[in-house]
Amino acid sequence: MSLAGSTAAGVSRRDPLDAESREWLRCLAGTGRDARSAAERERALARLHRLLLRAAHAELRRRSHPVRIEGRERDDLAHQAADDALLAIIGKLDRFRGDSRFTTWAYKFVIFEVSAKLGRHYWRNPPVQVDGDAWERIPDRFGADPAQHAESRELAGALRRAVTEALSERQRRVFVAIIVDGIPLDALAAELGSTRNAIYKTMFDARRKIRAHLVAHGYLHDEEPRKS
Amino acid sequence: MSGWQALDQFLQTDPQDVGCDRAMEILDIYVDAVIRQGTDATERRYPGVAAHLRACGPCGEDYAGLLAAVS
Repeated sequence: MSLAGSTAAGVSRRDPLDAESREWLRCLAGTGRDARSAAERERALARLHRLLLRAAHAELRRRSHPVRIEGRERDDLAHQAADDALLAIIGKLDRFRGDSRFTTWAYKFVIFEVSAKLGRHYWRNPPVQVDGDAWERIPDRFGADPAQHAESRELAGALRRAVTEALSERQRRVFVAIIVDGIPLDALAAELGSTRNAIYKTMFDARRKIRAHLVAHGYLHDEEPRKS
Repeated sequence: MSGWQALDQFLQTDPQDVGCDRAMEILDIYVDAVIRQGTDATERRYPGVAAHLRACGPCGEDYAGLLAAVS
């Protein structure tokens, strides 16, 4: 990936800063020492927290998660996400450069908090594992026709050999956890004390190596997907 | 799509993919660009981020969530 290096993303500054963002910054910075300035900042913080809380609730409802989170548990998660996002925003306010609208920048924090909290939450109530060899369910994950038993067996066998023969121990562990056992990437990152980026990079390299192995053994073509 | 085709699609990697950290760093800029200029123009402008959002489930979820929050 340009994991192989940083991107020339071509980020350009929005200018001038839109009026609403400027107003958020003015109120939240609250540099004035007078009571009016302090009260204005408190009102802005409360308003921002309400927006973040509403966004956290909406995001928790929107996400399809292996374990459904509802009621008080979802309320608690939403409040934690909004509280932590607000703290992060205040701590990084001086890093806001106006490249996006302030509210878009602020909502990003609460979306990230929801992701991180769902990743950790997964281990409090992990889904019940279905009995049997998880590798046998691999063809289903890739939409193989259940009626095509021979194809399904061949696909699962070839993939399993590639994972065993082509991957490092770390890559194998991550690949099996995510693809075979179905553990969400953020949950695995939390479990391993790692980061989403590091796990993704491991998976990225694993995918490349597995594909090369399957091409070398005639299961896939070098460029074009195999015709069924 | 057969199981092999789906597996092949999953295994394909895009060398332009910028990874999670970079994509998430500018996610707010990307989302505002989508709102102002549309998805196609934004993907052309930030191809490495677009490639990553297509390939990374969790970052794709964050993108969808942020877009929903500001839309």
